[in-house]
Order: sequence, then C-alpha cells, then structure tokens
Amino acid sequence: MSIKKVSKEQPDNFEFNEENLKIANDIIKNYPVDKQQSAVMSFLYLAQRQNNNWIPLVAMKYIAKLLNMPYIKVYEVATFYSMYNLSPVGKYFVQVCTTTPCMIRGAYKLVEACKEKISKSQNTLSKDGKCSWVEVECLGACVNAPMMQINEDYFEDLDKEKTSKIFDKMLNDEDIEPGSYRGRVNSEPENNRKTLMDLKNASR
Amino acid sequence: MIKLKINDKNIEIEDGLTVLQACEKAGVEIPRFCYHEKLSIAGNCRMCLVEMEKSPKPVASCAMPASEGMIIRTNTEKVEKARKGVMEFLLANHPLDCPVCDQGGECDLQDQSMFYGIDKSRFKENKRHVPEKYMGPLIKTQMTRCIHCTRCIRFATEVAGVPELGAIGRGEDMQITTYLEKSMQSELSANVIDLCPVGALTSKPYVFEARPWELKKTESIDVMDAVGSNIRIDTYGWEVKRILPKINDDINEEWISDKTRYACDGLKSQRLDIPFIKKNGVFEKTDWRNALEIIKEKIISTDPLKIGGFTGDLTNMETQYSAKEFFSKVLKSKNLDSRHDYTYLDISNRSNYIFNSEINGIENSDFILLIGTNPRYEATILNARIRKTFLNNKTNIYSIGDQGDLTYPYQVIGNTTEDVSKFFEKQSAIYNEFKKAKKPLIILGYSFFLLQSANYLLNKCKEFLNDHIGNMDEDWTSLNIISKDAANVGGYDLKIVGESDEFNHTLDLLHKNKLEIVFLFGQDNIKFKKNKEFVVYIGSHGDKGAESADIILPSPAYTEQDGFYTNLEGKLQKAFKASYPTGNSKEEWIIINEISKLLESKNLFNNKDQLIDNMLNYLNLNLKENKDIFEKSVKGKFFDEEVITVPIDYYYSNVIARASKTMSECRNLKIDFQKTGTEG
Repeated sequence: MSIKKVSKEQPDNFEFNEENLKIANDIIKNYPVDKQQSAVMSFLYLAQRQNNNWIPLVAMKYIAKLLNMPYIKVYEVATFYSMYNLSPVGKYFVQVCTTTPCMIRGAYKLVEACKEKISKSQNTLSKDGKCSWVEVECLGACVNAPMMQINEDYFEDLDKEKTSKIFDKMLNDEDIEPGSYRGRVNSEPENNRKTLMDLKNASR
Repeated sequence: MIKLKINDKNIEIEDGLTVLQACEKAGVEIPRFCYHEKLSIAGNCRMCLVEMEKSPKPVASCAMPASEGMIIRTNTEKVEKARKGVMEFLLANHPLDCPVCDQGGECDLQDQSMFYGIDKSRFKENKRHVPEKYMGPLIKTQMTRCIHCTRCIRFATEVAGVPELGAIGRGEDMQITTYLEKSMQSELSANVIDLCPVGALTSKPYVFEARPWELKKTESIDVMDAVGSNIRIDTYGWEVKRILPKINDDINEEWISDKTRYACDGLKSQRLDIPFIKKNGVFEKTDWRNALEIIKEKIISTDPLKIGGFTGDLTNMETQYSAKEFFSKVLKSKNLDSRHDYTYLDISNRSNYIFNSEINGIENSDFILLIGTNPRYEATILNARIRKTFLNNKTNIYSIGDQGDLTYPYQVIGNTTEDVSKFFEKQSAIYNEFKKAKKPLIILGYSFFLLQSANYLLNKCKEFLNDHIGNMDEDWTSLNIISKDAANVGGYDLKIVGESDEFNHTLDLLHKNKLEIVFLFGQDNIKFKKNKEFVVYIGSHGDKGAESADIILPSPAYTEQDGFYTNLEGKLQKAFKASYPTGNSKEEWIIINEISKLLESKNLFNNKDQLIDNMLNYLNLNLKENKDIFEKSVKGKFFDEEVITVPIDYYYSNVIARASKTMSECRNLKIDFQKTGTEG
C-alpha cells in the first residue's frame, strides 16, 4: 500500500447535513470535555459517508474546527487509516478481497469482472464516474469466499458471472441484495445445517 | 531520592527521572535519536535500548522511568546486539549520500553508525524514496533521509506552538510534512534544523556552503533583539557562514529565532567600506583624513548646543560610552540620546527599565499580564518561555490590547489606558486572580512607554505592586519591561538620555530643525525632515541613516568587533569578534578618538582596555538597582487613550535584517500569507 493520494479537485466547502450533525453531536457526548478530539475518527467516517465515499480537504478542516484541533492532526489520522478515501471513489465503492482464502476460491475471477465492468485498473473511476474498485486484504468473511464489499454491504459466495450481474444492476442504479449468492444463510453449510438444530435463534 | 545500579555502579538520583537520564548522571552515554531533553518523550527510534534485570527484553531507556532498585546494564553483548539491530533497520532505507549531505560531519546517524553500524547491508529490496517537501525559505528538505524521530513535529507543536508539522501515512510510507506543504509560520522554525539528527531538514541559505570542520567557531551574543541569545558564529575566512544557538538555560535555552540565525547574510551586502562625502547630492568616495578634517571644521564653527547625536539599536556599549564621553567632554553638548522616539523613561532606578524577574523567572509565574506588548515579535525567545509556562502550569495570561496569535491562549481585558488604570485601581475583573497569585508578572512593552500616560501609569503600577508585596513571594519583582533593541538597556545603563529621561529633547530639537550637526551612531530609525543639518553617519550598512548623511564613516558590524551588550534582564554580556571588518572601516570608538584628537589634540582614550575599564567603573558607580522599594507618589498626568502596540516589521527590524536576502524572502512570504489569510 503506498501513500494515499489527495485529490487535486476539491470542493469549496463542506458542512455536515442536519442529520449527520445530530449524529455528530451525539458522538461528541461520548467523550469527556477536553477529550473530545477522540471523536475525530467517527467524524471522518460520517463525512466520508455524506460525501460520496470520500473525504475532501475542506471536510478535514471543518472537522478540525469543530473539534478545535490543528488541521495537520486530522490530516494525519485521515492519511493513516486505509478505510478513509481522500479522492473520489464514486457512488459505489467496490472492495474485492484477494487474501489467501478468497484467492484460492477464485477472487481473481472477481477482479477480472471488475476490470471488465468498471475500470481497467484499480483506484480509477469508471467512465461515468459512478464507481471504482480496489483489491483489499482480508475482510473477515473467509467462510463465504470469494467475496467483495460494495459500500457498506458484503456480497459473498461469488463467481465471475454473478459478480458481473451485480455490477450490471448496480451501474443501472437498481437495488442489489447483499449476502450469499449461493443461497446460504450467513455462513451456514450449503445443504442446510446439520448441527445445533435445537437452537432457538436459528432460522429455517 | 532513588537508588539504582547502573553497570555495577550504585547511584542515587532524584525522583521523576528516566533511565536514560539516570545513566547520564552515572556518566554512561546512551545513543539516541528521538529523545531530546527539551521535548516530550516519543520513544520511537529504539536506539537507547538498555538491559534491565528481570526484563526479558531490552527496554527503551528514554521512556522508562527510573525506579528504586533497578539494575541497568548498558555495556553487555545483548545491548550492543540490540542497538546494532535497530541501526540496521534505520540504515535500511537511509540513502548513502553522506558525501553530498549538508549534515555530514555533524550528523548523529553518521556518528552513531561508527559504533553500531554494520558494514554490509542485508537489505536487498528497493530503498524507499520520499518526494521533497516544501517547508518555506529557511528549511531545505530531503525526506528520503528522514528516520522518523518526530523531533521536528514535537518542537513545532510544543515549543514553537504552531502545530503545522505532522506525520502522514504509516509504516514505510510515513512522511513528515507541513500541512499541505505550506511554509511554517513561526519565528522559531529553523530550530528544527538543529534538532534533526540526520540530514532530512537542513538549512536552505547554507546549502552546500561549507563543511562543519572547515569553519572557525566563535561564541558570541546576538543583537537582533534585546534578549541577547547566546550564539555560535561559524566563519569561513572573513565570511559569516551561519549562526547557531549556544545553550544557555538562563536565556535562550537551546533555541534562537529565525532572525538571529539568518539575518547574517545581511552582513555581506549593503556594506559601507570607505568614507563617503556628499557633494551636490551625490556621494563621493573620500579618505579618512579628509572626512575627519571636514567634521572638525564643522564642529569648530558650530555652537555646541546645536550639535546632537543618537546612538542606534545595535550599538555596543563601548561605542555608546565613548559617544557619551565625546559629547560631554569634547563637544560639551548634552544632546545625545539612545532613543529614536519619544519614549518615556525613568532611569533613576534600574528596575524601571529591565525585565526584573528574569527570563528564567517566567517559568515560575502563576499570573501574566501583558500591557502594550507583543512578545512574539518583540522578544521571540522570551515568548517561547511564556508558552512553556503556559503548557507546564496552565498559567492565566491576560493582555491589554489584542495581539493576534501569540502561540498560547490569552484573554484580552481591554485596550485603553482606562483599562490599565482600572486594573491598578483594583477595579478590574481579574483583580482577584492577581491577588491570589504568588508570583505574578506584569510585562510592559516598548509601546507602553510611548503612551502619553506612561509616566502616570508606571508610577501607578509601582504603587499598586507596593500594596501587594505582602501577597507575593519574597524576592519576587512583578514589574517587567521588554525592551525592543539590543542596545536599549545598555544605553539606559550608561544614562544616554539627553537632557532628561522623561522626554527625548534631542529628538525634539531635531524635529524642530534646531540642530546643525547630527551624529548618527548606527541609528537608522529616525524619520526627520532634513533642513540644513550636517549629518554624520557612523555605521556598518547603507540604509536610511546613511542615505540622509552628508558624511558616512564606515564601522564594523556586531560580528566584526568585540562589544558589550546588556540584555533586557540587565545581564552584561560580551559579543566576540568572529570575522573581519570590511574595507577601511574603523571601530566607532577609534573614529571618536580621532575626531577628539583633531579637536583637542589629545586622545579621549588611550586604548580599548582603558575605555572598557572606564565604562565598567561608570556602571559600577551609577547603577542603582532597587527591586524592593518603589517610590510612592504618583506623578504624571492621565490621558484616556488607546493602548496601541506599535506593529513590528519582524523580518525588517534592523539594518542587518533589511540587507539580508533571506529575511526579505521570509517577509514577502509573510505578507503573502497575511493577504491570503490563514485558511490558505
């Protein structure tokens, strides 16, 4: 992973919308006075969600002022964590897991689908600017490998064909359903569960 | 006290020290990169590993508090192996460019790799490359060399109070940068160059100029402001290559301001090297004899009362004293003043014009009130102390007059003399704060003494402090004055205040065009309409003073002659000659001596030693310092006026700075910065 590039094109201003401001105020209450700078990570995430999955510099400044801390400190946090995007990634941000378990189960087929449907290389926006994809390390859903994450949802048990279909739907702004694409419930065995049948919470 | 054992040696140390400090007390040197006495502890370079009994792994001694009964070993094989390992990692990504690196010869990494470095590299991968970062006109970066000790970040955040430096990214991709690569907006910024243990941050004006072992080093005193920072002047032949801080914990600790450090290239330009005479509005070269002859003729044909003189802001005390003797004994004129404006003064008691509690005293203070002063620009190093106090003790700081960003928070409690007087009449809202304080500081700036009510308010202040002596600690003097220029306190100590200290009569005469001969001893800050005055300028640089002159006599600058200066606390310090004067210039006292010889056919002083002896005698006889008893009567009249802090053109405040290219760059950058605003 190399250092994240900050987008050259930056919006002129940024402010939390009413809903997020309310959430932000609730978050701030979790911290004692004088220690409220700890809220910076949650705020950055809020800003990222509000601004099409990426954080512009003005948002960092806005947050710095909100929490009364130097700009560089917010900037440090934003560049440190890989889940903050500092340049536009589109409305749909696809993260394909290519760590060993997924790779063995064919993650690179998913990558092929990305290359075909979205853009030739990772970290670049699709032609309509709606979408981009990136290879990431383990997302912790190895049982359902191969898988990918689109915005906040996991799409699991994929193959190239299924992935392409998801992308088609997504790029047409249709609703796409997260979860297993081989009909599994969470990470249960494929041909129904064989054990722990008496558990109350188990569905089916 | 704690007892511990270091390398089988028992030592006893006070509480609260780290293992590294304990080792130093035991005389054991520990290699380090990130640890610095004056900064907070980071513990990230791992170079200071030592072995501690009962700890399975070596510990970072800089971050480990020393405790009772510890057994530390620093000379075992394990320690050496650990340090070698650390060094190997540090060198893995460090470029092998010592031959072209400015830090070479004074590089911590270079020195320590002599002991702990391995001659072969096991690192087969590509070396990391980091793009250069812009950090302003003073700091050259070569970030590939950075070892991420974060000293610069800690300095900027803690000491300088401008949190603009930070580390972005992480792991191998971590990079030190200013926010969006803007220049650092601090007057202390260049200290990061000294702090950097490697060649990542080096001096831009000094780039590829010299190697440290070629330079002659002279320890001296800075004259850019009244603090009198201790400096080391590095010269190559006659040329001043650079100026570095010299540690003096009582004055400047380890820091110096950017002006102190970089105005030295002003010593190379705009210099006066031979006497000039103005004929029909044009300066013509002349020789010393001719020039002095003309001055003599002029003096003989002029009424002594119409001869006046001013000493300058960088003038050393020898010059001031010889000028004083020259005026009183040879010219028989009283019109010699060390002030260039209508400053009110009361020199009857020394504590009326010095920083009585001393710079070190600031650290103990629990209440600070600034009146008409912006210490950030008037005395940068002193301001860093106030910030240190604020960080350590959360001291309450108040100001009369809004001073903008002082690098620490303060509360503005008004901006008129009414507010000042209200405070001294115990009517102010912060009076209770003051009453509780055991070591309060009232800091009066240079602008305070320009007020019409200066006399009234100063006496009011003393009366007020007299009333509260019981509240304060013994031996504590709250009244503190920040003088603006290096020559100020020296001049006042020598009582160079014309006819009276309350009002600058000489300047008044000059402004009313009643003077016929005006001597300017390095004085460039006087604005006056020239009528028929015959102006003699004695100084080092061709600036405003020389422009108005009829005769220019060249003299050496502060690095080119020995000279005494008294700093704002009243400490007498000597600046030493580090380089040679330019051209035919002569030291001021010699010039004065020669004029007196022409006039009276006898020398004023036999030699410089006699001059210094006389001067020190004069100081011993005449300096009255009485910190405890302030006279009670309130003199002077009260005027209702605004307390205006005279803005200081920081990077252009004296002739040397004005001649300096580096200072011009800084100034332009600052003007741009002010235009575009802090948001950028």
